Amino acid sequence: MAVAKKEQELLVTVSPHIRSDETVSRIMWTVSLSLLPAFVLGVYFFGPKAVYVTALCIIGSLFSEWLVQKMTGKEVTLSDGSAFLTGLLLGMNMPASAPFYIPLVSSFVAVAITKQLFGGIGYNIFNPALVGRAFALITWPRAMTSWIEPTAAFVGLDAKTTATPLGLLKEGGMQKLLEVFGDKTSLYMDLLLGHRAGSLGETSVIALLIGGAFLLYKRYITWHIPFSFLTTVAVLAWVFGGKGGLFTGDPLLHLLSGGLMLGAIFMATDYVTCPSTRTGQVVFGIGCGLLTILIRLKAGYPEGVMFAILLMNCFAPMIDRNLKSKVFGLKKEAQK
Amino acid sequence: MALLTFKGGVHPPDHKELSAGAPVKEAPSPSQVLIPLSQHIGAPCKCTVQIGQEVKKGDLIGEPTGFVSAPVHSSVSGKVVALMDVPNAMGKMVPAVVIENNGKEEWTQLKDNPDYMKLSPEELKEKVKDAGIVGMGGATFPTHVKLSPPKEKPIDVVIINGAECEPYLTADHRLMVETPSEVIEGLKILMKILGVNKGYVGIENNKPDAIEKMKGAASGESNIEVVALEVKYPQGAEKMLIKAITDREVPAGGLPMDVGVVVQNVGTALAIFEACRYGKPLIERVVTVTGRGVKAPGNLRAKIGTPVRELIDACGGFSGNPVKVVLGGPMMGFAQYTLDVPVAKGTSGVLVMTEEEHTAKGKFGPCIRCGNCIDVCPMGLMPSLLSIFAEKGFYDETKDYNIFDCFECGTCTYVCPSKRPIVQFIRLAKSLIKR
Repeated sequence: MAVAKKEQELLVTVSPHIRSDETVSRIMWTVSLSLLPAFVLGVYFFGPKAVYVTALCIIGSLFSEWLVQKMTGKEVTLSDGSAFLTGLLLGMNMPASAPFYIPLVSSFVAVAITKQLFGGIGYNIFNPALVGRAFALITWPRAMTSWIEPTAAFVGLDAKTTATPLGLLKEGGMQKLLEVFGDKTSLYMDLLLGHRAGSLGETSVIALLIGGAFLLYKRYITWHIPFSFLTTVAVLAWVFGGKGGLFTGDPLLHLLSGGLMLGAIFMATDYVTCPSTRTGQVVFGIGCGLLTILIRLKAGYPEGVMFAILLMNCFAPMIDRNLKSKVFGLKKEAQK
Repeated sequence: MALLTFKGGVHPPDHKELSAGAPVKEAPSPSQVLIPLSQHIGAPCKCTVQIGQEVKKGDLIGEPTGFVSAPVHSSVSGKVVALMDVPNAMGKMVPAVVIENNGKEEWTQLKDNPDYMKLSPEELKEKVKDAGIVGMGGATFPTHVKLSPPKEKPIDVVIINGAECEPYLTADHRLMVETPSEVIEGLKILMKILGVNKGYVGIENNKPDAIEKMKGAASGESNIEVVALEVKYPQGAEKMLIKAITDREVPAGGLPMDVGVVVQNVGTALAIFEACRYGKPLIERVVTVTGRGVKAPGNLRAKIGTPVRELIDACGGFSGNPVKVVLGGPMMGFAQYTLDVPVAKGTSGVLVMTEEEHTAKGKFGPCIRCGNCIDVCPMGLMPSLLSIFAEKGFYDETKDYNIFDCFECGTCTYVCPSKRPIVQFIRLAKSLIKR
C-alpha cells in the first residue's frame, strides 16, 4: 500500500505549516530598486562621477560585510541585499566629487563597524549609511561639502563648485537664493527636478517621491514616518523659518531642499533603527522633524536631516518600550 | 453591507477549491476503530467496557470522571478487542478502546424526541452532556460546561462560528450548505438552554452558497441573523469573531461569557440538534481530507476512531510528493508521525501537504524589526519582541509584553520575512516562564 511506504518519512514540525513568500532579500532588493529613479537623475545631473562614487560605496559595503562575517565565522549573507542597499544609500548621500578613499572608508565604517560589530542585520542601533556619512562629514569636512554644479550634459570636466540651496539660505537668506535661481517658480522647479547642488542622490525630489510611492504601494513602508517627519518640518519651517518674524517661513523651500526627502522616505524608515509600532513611528517622525529644523535654523550646519535621524535612532528602543501596541481586551491604562 | 471583521490578520491562499464543491460522503466503515477515552479538554473518561464485550453503535464505553469531561460512545457495532494506548493528534499516547467492527451497524436504543423544543433547558442540556458533545472546531471543550455559565455572567448572545478561516478546511462549509436547517435548529436549542433571544451565524464571505442557504434556513426566525464576515485569518478565533459581530471585546485573560456571549462551531450545533432530536451521541463527524498530496480531496463523514490512514485511502490515497500529514488546518493543525492516529471529536481535517505546499522550511534569520507581525497580530501584541526575548532566554521579560494573551494562531510566523519561528519561541517562553 502506497500510504504505508511513505509513512516512515513523514515530516513532523509544529504549526504553522505555511509561510508567506515574503523574504528579507526581496525587501532589500525592492527598496534598492525604488532608489533607481533618484540615482539615475543623480547621474544625469552630476555625470559619471556619480556612478563611480556610488559603485565604490557598494563595493566597500559588500567587502566589509564579507570581511567581518568571514572573520567572525558567520555565514556570509551578501545575497540578502542589505549591504548592497547600505552602499547604495551611502553613495547617494555623497557629493559626486568625493575622492575615492572617502566612499571606501565610510562604507567600512557603515557596514563593518555600525552594522556588523553590533551584531549584524537587525541588531544595529544606528542607520549604517548615515553613520558612514556622518563619519565622512566630520573627518573630511571640506571634501564632503564641496558641491559641484549640476550640468546635465556630461561635458563639465572641470565642474564648478557651488553651494547647496540650504547653504545659500544660511549664508544669505532668500535674497541670495533668488539671485542664483532667478524667481521663486524656477527655484521650486529646479528643486523638484533636482537641478541643484547637493549629495548625488538627494537632489531630485520628484524621483524620490516616485520611489516612495512605489514602496508605499508595495507596503514596504507606511505613511507614518515620512508623513509625520515632513509635516513637522513644514509646520516648523513656516512658523520659525522666516526672517520677518513668526509665520513667515517658506515651508515648501524646506521640504524640497537638502536631504529631507531621501531621509524621510528612505533613511528614517529603516526597519531596524526606527520604532516598530505605528504610534511610535509617528513620534519618531515628529522628533526627526523637530531636530532637523532646529539644526537647519539654529546650528552651524546648513542641513540637519542626518543628525536628526541618528539622534532619533537612539530613542527608537525607548519609544517602542513606552508606546507598545494596544493589546486586545486590555484597557490602555492597564498596560504597563 | 460592509463585511464584519477585526483588526489585524492575514490572507493566506485558502485552497478551499480542492474540496469545497465535494458533497459530504460516508467514509467506508473501518474494520476496527480506536476510540480514545480522552477527546476533550478536561478529565479523561473511565472505561466502562471489558475486552470481549459486545457493543452497539452509541453504547457508552467511557464515562466522565468530572464536570469538565464528556462521555465517549462506540461508533461501530462489534466486539471490544483491546484496551490500549494510541497516539492522539498532539502525538501523545492516550488510553483507548479498540473495537472490532462486525459491519452490522446496529444502533443501541436511541430516545427519539420529535417535541424536543418542549423540553426544559435543563433537560436539553442533559441531552447535550449525555451525547458527549465537545467543541468540534478543534478546541474540544466540553459543550455542556460552556452552557453552564455562572449566575454572575448573564449570556445574551449565541454565535454559531461558520467562519472556517483555516485554509483548506471545508467541513463546516459543507454542513451549512447541506444541512442548514439542522444547524439553525441546533442554534435554537442553544438559545433555549441559555435563555437568550439573539442568535448569530457568522460566515466568511468566501462561502456565498453557505451564506445563502443559512439565510434561507433562518428566514423564519426573527431573532437569528446570518452575517457575512471578511475573509481573513483568524476570523474564526472566538475573540475575533465576537469583536466582528457584536463589537464586544473579551477582556484580556477572560472568556466569551465575560461579555455575555457563547460561541459554538457549526458541527457542534448540528451534533446538538441530533442529540436533542434523535438522542444520538457524538460518534461521527465530517472531516475534510485535502491537500495536493491526496488523489481525490473531499469531505467524509467518518466514525470517531477511524484511523486517518483509511480516510486517505478512501480519497484515493497519496498522490504527488506528500511530505506532511496535518490534523486540522495548516495554520494551527498538528503534524502527524503516524497514520494510525484515529479521528477524534475535534478532528476537522486531514491535510496531506506536498513538498511544494509545505512552505515552512529553511533557515531563519534575525528579526529586522519590520513590524509586520505587530500589524497582523489579532491580539495587538508585539510578537517580534516576544520572539527576541525568548530567543535570548529572557523569558520573564515576555510577561511585560502580555505573552499570555497570545493564543498561538501563527499569523506572526506566517508573515515574518526572516522566517522566524515566532509562535514557537512564544510557546517556549510560555512553558519555561516562572509564573
